[in-house]
Amino acid sequence: MNLAWRDIRHQGPRFVVTGLGLGLLFAIVLAMGGIYRGMVEDAVLLVNQMGADLWLVQRDTRGPFAERSVVPELLETRARGVQGVQWARGFTTITVQPQHSGRVLRLTLVGLAWPDERGGSLPLSTGRPLLSAHRELIVDRSLGLLPGQTLELGDESFTVVGLGQGLVSSGGDALGFVTQNDLAAIQRHLAPEALRLARSSGAPPADPGISAVLVRVAPGASVESVRARLAQWGDVSVYTTEEQRALLLEGVVDKARRQIGLFRALLAIVSGIVVSLVIFNMTVAKTREIALVKLMGARWTVVVSMILQQSVLLTVLAYAFALVLSQLAFPYFPRRVVVGGGELAGVLGLSMAIALVASTLAIRRALRIPATTILAG
Amino acid sequence: MHVIEAQGLWKTYGKGETEVVALRDVSLRVSRGEVAALLGPSGSGKSSLLTTLGLLQFPDRGSVRIGELEAVIEGRLRVDAARVRRERIGFVFQKANLIPFLNALDNVLVAFEINNRGGREARQRAAALLDYLGLADRLAHMPDELSGGQQQRVAIARALAMEPPVILADEPTAALDGRRSRDVMQLFRRVAHERGTAVVIVTHDHRTLDAFDTVHEMEDGVLRTTPHPSAAPAH
Ligand SMILES: Nc1ncnc2c1ncn2[C@@H]1O[C@H](COP(=O)(O)OP(=O)(O)OP(=O)(O)O)[C@@H](O)[C@H]1O
Ligand SMILES: [Mg+2]
Repeated sequence: MNLAWRDIRHQGPRFVVTGLGLGLLFAIVLAMGGIYRGMVEDAVLLVNQMGADLWLVQRDTRGPFAERSVVPELLETRARGVQGVQWARGFTTITVQPQHSGRVLRLTLVGLAWPDERGGSLPLSTGRPLLSAHRELIVDRSLGLLPGQTLELGDESFTVVGLGQGLVSSGGDALGFVTQNDLAAIQRHLAPEALRLARSSGAPPADPGISAVLVRVAPGASVESVRARLAQWGDVSVYTTEEQRALLLEGVVDKARRQIGLFRALLAIVSGIVVSLVIFNMTVAKTREIALVKLMGARWTVVVSMILQQSVLLTVLAYAFALVLSQLAFPYFPRRVVVGGGELAGVLGLSMAIALVASTLAIRRALRIPATTILAG
Repeated sequence: MHVIEAQGLWKTYGKGETEVVALRDVSLRVSRGEVAALLGPSGSGKSSLLTTLGLLQFPDRGSVRIGELEAVIEGRLRVDAARVRRERIGFVFQKANLIPFLNALDNVLVAFEINNRGGREARQRAAALLDYLGLADRLAHMPDELSGGQQQRVAIARALAMEPPVILADEPTAALDGRRSRDVMQLFRRVAHERGTAVVIVTHDHRTLDAFDTVHEMEDGVLRTTPHPSAAPAH
């Protein structure tokens, strides 16, 4: 006869509801971690997608994700001429807010180096890469557009040809991909003021410029030596993709990480306190039963295993519920929530540790209950 | 050979103003198969004596022997009290004190389980005991579905279940009607005579006194022994 189990069965819904409540807390702890991981993954997604080895950015800036970086379009051609460079492509993003059937959408547009780049390496859930140099668009499916629908960008109408899966900018906006020429046209349309000013000042028609040049090092060539060559140019700073990622995380994600980390630590403390209180109170509520079995001469292990089994079971129930909840609910969060195996194991380990500490306290109390408690009142 | 032997027990509760001397030099012997009554007014120290004999609390002075075990010597515990309780002593208290999340049968089975003696045979013995106590149709009832007297009978079955050599009962029949309390007394007598169990029962019920082999009276912590129930003062 397992006393712990019998008691739980007798408690019935109360035990389950307690477990679900704790599970909700655990799920939130999981979510906080997942939101952070999702933010990091989203942040570096574009950097990873571009498939470059080196990033040439405006001198003494930290790259297009951290601050404004403008390099001349000519840089692309110059970089191409460097020995050991397989390809060099301009990189520009702009954020636009077009209207679609009465809704204002927000998306970050990225220019693809047509015809070398057509979006074939992007994770598409439906549709196809670009087949035409003009007026075709790949967008993330979170925008709710369907292939074949059109979107007004600049003064032209773009047809959606492919839908991406999880393509978001470091700010969490959906990404859209058009050819670089189309992007430049959209950009010119968006900034007529700047152009008019430039013309009236007598300067040659200003080129909106590009943000960076991406360089892929040829197979067999060394990234370090290509980098060293490019770094001699006085007008650019060179970063490896790894450095670009690190700068990005440092700049964009760091504060959010600290914010979420702090919040999560508080949440973990609160959960710990709640779990401890629940387990401790479960034991307090059984003072009479514990006194009774002690009076009958039960070994101390009977009391210990009853308390331990109940708290472990409660924790496992709560954790299982948190798992199910995270599977069901996290996909509907507005931003990506990435819960990895390490995260899951960590939360399980932490909650078990808390349960064991709380059980130890409860057990200490239970073992001190005098058997004669039962005789009074 | 006495199954229980208490010698020179003193027990004081509290200190100073609230000090109460519950046991004053109490000595008591109960033999194999003997059913002893413990009488006395409220607050005279009957429960204190019973819990001291049952190793639930310890005297300030004096000794307690259970069978061949010198359990308490000069107020100091010399054995694993819990083990002695589970192996040698069956308790019945004024209140039934059943485990609320176990049915009647399982409440009796707990006594076996605590001694690692659960199993089918234990189950049969538990059921037979409850049957004897008139609870055959209440085995699966939870404590809160039983009347006070029924709960008390389950508690009695639990105390008898392991066939301990010592039974200590504190007003076990208080919640029972005349017929049931006679049945319970009859059961205690039978157990005592068939198995040689030493039984000490606190009682206020003078009608049942002729069921006892010896009668001990307590007054203000002092124990007075009357060897023959017939000689006990009628109140
Ligand atoms: N835990 C305790 N702390 C302090 N005093 C106690 C304690 N237990 C008993 N006493 C006191 O010791 C005296 C004897 O109590 P005891 O419970 O042994 O009496 P009793 O004969 O069993 O009475 P009753 O017939 O009412 O059950 C009483 O005066 C009581 O107030
Ligand atoms: Mg009493």
